[in-house]
Amino acid sequence: MSVNRLHGGLIDHTTALSFSFDGKTYQGQAGDTLASALLANGVRLMGRSFKYHRPRGVMTAGSEEPNALVELRTGGRQEPNTRATTVELFDGLTARSQNHIGSLKHDLLAVNDLFPSFLSAGFYYKTFMWPRAFWEKLYEPAIRRAAGLGSVSFEDDPDAYDKGFLHCDLLVIGAGPAGLMAALTAGRAGARVILAEEDFLLGGRLIAETQSVGDMSGADWTAQMQAELASMDNVRIMARTTVFGAYDHGVYGAVERVSDHLAVPEAGKPRQILWRIYSKRAIVCAGALERPIAFENNDRPGVMLAGAMRTYANRWAATPAKEVVVFANSDDGHRTAKDLIAKGLTVPAVVDTRADAPDMAGTEVLKGAQIINTKGRHGVTAVTVRLANGTTREISCGAVANSGGWNPNLGLTCHQRGRPVWDEAIHAFVPGGDLPMGQSVAGAANGVMSTHGALETGTTAAIAALGDLGITATAPDLPQVEDRPANLSPFWYVSGAKRAWVDFQNDVTVKDVKLAHQEGFRSVEHLKRYTTLGMATDQGKTSNVTGLAVMAERTGKSIPETGTTIFRPPYVPVAMGTLAGRSVGKEFHPTRLTPSHHWAAEQGAEFVEVGNWLRAQYFPRKGETHWRQTVDREVLATRASVGVCDVTTLGKIDVQGVDAAEFLNKIYANGFAKLAVGKVRYGVMLREDGIAYDDGTAARLAEDHFVVTTTTANAVTVYRNMEFARQCLFPDMDVQLISTTEAWAQYAVAGPNSRKLLQKLVDPGFDISNEAFPFMGCGEITICGGLRARLFRISFSGELAYEIAVPTRYGDALMRRLMEEGEEFNVTPYGTEALGVMRIEKGHAVAAELNGTTTAANLGMGRMVSKKKDSIGSTLSERDGLNAEGDLRLVGLKPVQSGEVVAGAHLMNATGPVDAKHDQGYVTSAAYSPILETSIGLGFLKDGANRMGETLRMVNPLEGQEVLVEVVSAHFVDPEGGRLRV
Amino acid sequence: MSDLKPLTPLGGDIARLDQIGVLRIAENPNLAIASLAARKGRSADVAQTVKAALQIELPQPGKSRRTVTHTVWWMGPDQWMLSAEHNAHELLADEVKAIVGDAASVTEQTDAWCCFEVSAHCEHGAASSEAALFALFERLCAVDVSQMVVEDATRTSIHHTGCFLIRKEDGFCVIGPRSSAGSLHHALVEVAGGLG
Repeated sequence: MSVNRLHGGLIDHTTALSFSFDGKTYQGQAGDTLASALLANGVRLMGRSFKYHRPRGVMTAGSEEPNALVELRTGGRQEPNTRATTVELFDGLTARSQNHIGSLKHDLLAVNDLFPSFLSAGFYYKTFMWPRAFWEKLYEPAIRRAAGLGSVSFEDDPDAYDKGFLHCDLLVIGAGPAGLMAALTAGRAGARVILAEEDFLLGGRLIAETQSVGDMSGADWTAQMQAELASMDNVRIMARTTVFGAYDHGVYGAVERVSDHLAVPEAGKPRQILWRIYSKRAIVCAGALERPIAFENNDRPGVMLAGAMRTYANRWAATPAKEVVVFANSDDGHRTAKDLIAKGLTVPAVVDTRADAPDMAGTEVLKGAQIINTKGRHGVTAVTVRLANGTTREISCGAVANSGGWNPNLGLTCHQRGRPVWDEAIHAFVPGGDLPMGQSVAGAANGVMSTHGALETGTTAAIAALGDLGITATAPDLPQVEDRPANLSPFWYVSGAKRAWVDFQNDVTVKDVKLAHQEGFRSVEHLKRYTTLGMATDQGKTSNVTGLAVMAERTGKSIPETGTTIFRPPYVPVAMGTLAGRSVGKEFHPTRLTPSHHWAAEQGAEFVEVGNWLRAQYFPRKGETHWRQTVDREVLATRASVGVCDVTTLGKIDVQGVDAAEFLNKIYANGFAKLAVGKVRYGVMLREDGIAYDDGTAARLAEDHFVVTTTTANAVTVYRNMEFARQCLFPDMDVQLISTTEAWAQYAVAGPNSRKLLQKLVDPGFDISNEAFPFMGCGEITICGGLRARLFRISFSGELAYEIAVPTRYGDALMRRLMEEGEEFNVTPYGTEALGVMRIEKGHAVAAELNGTTTAANLGMGRMVSKKKDSIGSTLSERDGLNAEGDLRLVGLKPVQSGEVVAGAHLMNATGPVDAKHDQGYVTSAAYSPILETSIGLGFLKDGANRMGETLRMVNPLEGQEVLVEVVSAHFVDPEGGRLRV
Repeated sequence: MSDLKPLTPLGGDIARLDQIGVLRIAENPNLAIASLAARKGRSADVAQTVKAALQIELPQPGKSRRTVTHTVWWMGPDQWMLSAEHNAHELLADEVKAIVGDAASVTEQTDAWCCFEVSAHCEHGAASSEAALFALFERLCAVDVSQMVVEDATRTSIHHTGCFLIRKEDGFCVIGPRSSAGSLHHALVEVAGGLG
């Protein structure tokens, strides 16, 4: 049996678990936490403090722990800053202490503790000011090296995390006496209840105390309650689940630690689940957190909260030492002494600050006394007590049980800026009235510090909450409980101490708080930021109120007058992996596959992400060693014969209704009302402010039926804007919209042989000759023996071209058929790169040109903005600021002799300064044109239309580029458009 | 008929079927879908003609209706989706247009979507089967799935994709964007596999 293992408790004494801490192997029992197992093994020293690297041991028995932060596991599963107090022991657990250089016992950084006066509150504001350049190069790296908490392995976490959504009438947060009764009351009333408990066992303090509940132990009574609750279909018990945040409209965030208590999660199961809980009502039954009394060297390993000390003894059959001195300001400390004595431990004395403290059997009560110091290098070996008569006495012991009273656990009540109020009766803050919507508080969390009160208020809170929902609930019979008042007499810190710790995680002392006062940082918010009190990952759960009390004393004000801090989510730290859930790696976001994706993958295509789409970028062939070779080939082959490109990703919006044409007249800057059935027109859409934001085509399939195409990037935006216009701007119009982007597989078939290829697929009876189906024509046809299809004679490449659409399920087969039938024409699939080259050669604008700052006039399409009708953005496009003389115009650019046109580069006059003041414009797109055998580009140039033939300097000062370029027409290939119309 | 061979949304020649524990996730490519949107002021006409022709009532928000041949669910104000077996009704949009005439706009939506029929068959009975379904969907979407009754239909987000979720007698029908069928399927299968 381990050196400090006691009898009894709720652990399984027959099941031993092996674990290691700092490389040494120990044995614990099933039901242990890492903290309880270490204590049972006589390990009090578990870590080093944040700033001074002082030896620290476990202080609490819950998630409020500020000291015993450890690294768990190894490799990808390594996790720093976990609380030993909440880590369930499992066989093979590996844990390490953190925040030290050298061994835990001989931490080199403990040197910091020798110079506390240099490291007091605000030290870095004062100390590292000179020389200025040293901060970034020397001071900050050194401080960061010294101050880190834990480390990460930088390996991928192999475990899965998930998220989920739950709904309930009543969310009960905490399964102590109040929570159990609230859940029972609501469960019996038939309400949908979620009972969330942070611990792996239900019961809260009931399983930590020895008091009986209804003639049975707290643990047995809890088990009885749990059994009844588990039998109800309408109650969901969620152990190992921390509700960490209260959000709007009754939404709560919670983390369920599904597999943290296992070495490796079961196959497929997540490590943790992030739950979003939609509650109609919620009751916070989160209990209370004990606060320590501050005294000299009160941070030595072995000094623990008294309530935690008896939790370890009663629940986990573990103790930090055989001899424990109790230091208290209420009868609650006496309860600890009684329980420890009952477990066979020695309590040499109860040091009670109250002069009228009661006596107790089995130990000496030192009334009106205070512990003024402790001794021991890596753990307490003795305490020095100042007795009521002023004399001192040294008492040998291995631990101190420290009890300064209990603070209601307010975290979740403050998450929407609710401010706690001071309760004189219990000398602590309790929740104020401004709780999150639908939330109420019961039990110790609401300042009700008796078990009977917790049971009762749990019930009444549930009845009231359900009453709001129209659910009638009746109070269960309450069990009899042994309760005694604590008779607390406030006592915050022992005066005269050099270094008495208030905030253990951030190493803030009473003296630091006094220093803050002395230097004028007296408001609570300033105190917090100056000293870092309460700013550690424990959010000051054990320290905030004590810090306030010290400040209150210095200012001569009461604690409520001094103020309080509130809490923000998360209540406890939440791992980033948990927040990410399943959205990691390739599943970070969903992907969209084009209809020809599988075929393209077979061809060895390289894919590029375009939003969520994966588009074929180019199709490399054997022997091609550079992407440019491939793209050049695709361009040349298409312009020479025929190429096929999947353009399904372009947005398609079905527009129907009596007023469909008139509606499009509003949406597009140019006119659509008179577009004939069977025709397609290019159109430009403007934002309200007159800036061009999307372009595309609209095909009129019937008098009351259009198909609008958008750019891939703006498919959703255009649809959303059109829907807004339909519903809000033109509600009287008869028009119906729906996206059909994915419904149709659409391929561009481009090149002089495109018609010949398509004629092999189009069913007899459909004439697609130039005469019957001219440029900008469209129609519904059938292909390949009766498959419905849509054919559009439009061209992005500048060649004779079509876009053909079939229902998506046939898209793969159509691509294969086009390749088979096109063999005689050396048909070439081409990707987005070749598409881009050809559109630059043709001078077509894309997002690089419609970049959110350019107008139709800038794009050289000013005359498309119809003055004969009103359309969205047309009026504001006439603003003076958008129509100044010499405005930017889209032009083509090519090097005068050598060099490359580079997108993003700026244009400067041939001579003169190169600076922003003399900027003439910028390059938006650039490519190598295999047809022209030169680099080309598109760009915006001041007064560009009138500067054809001019030589400019294209400059890129970032990379030291300067190339002489000639201003040419943006239409490099077939500027007259003859190829389109053959 | 055309000799072009169709693919399922997951890219297969035949529908994918996954049996994971008690959960069955079945890709259903045999679905023709058409959207139906009443022209201004013609809602009553549309409801009447559809009822007369298909013996199906156009449902209210959050609801679907089903006959032996057709299913219809609410999608937006005066907007519904109609579905039927693709094998028998490939030209469903044309069929519906013929019914409603100029009272409504009808758009073919068949291949805009993928469909996964999710059901559970637990040897411990219907309640356990239902529990498995609820456990799956509470991890996938924010809908209060356990409160959905047969014919309830809603729109929700699953793995960042906008989906329809329809409660059926033996489970749920998930209808999501066809191009993201792979991602949606991955989410369904991965979560199902982790339920144990």
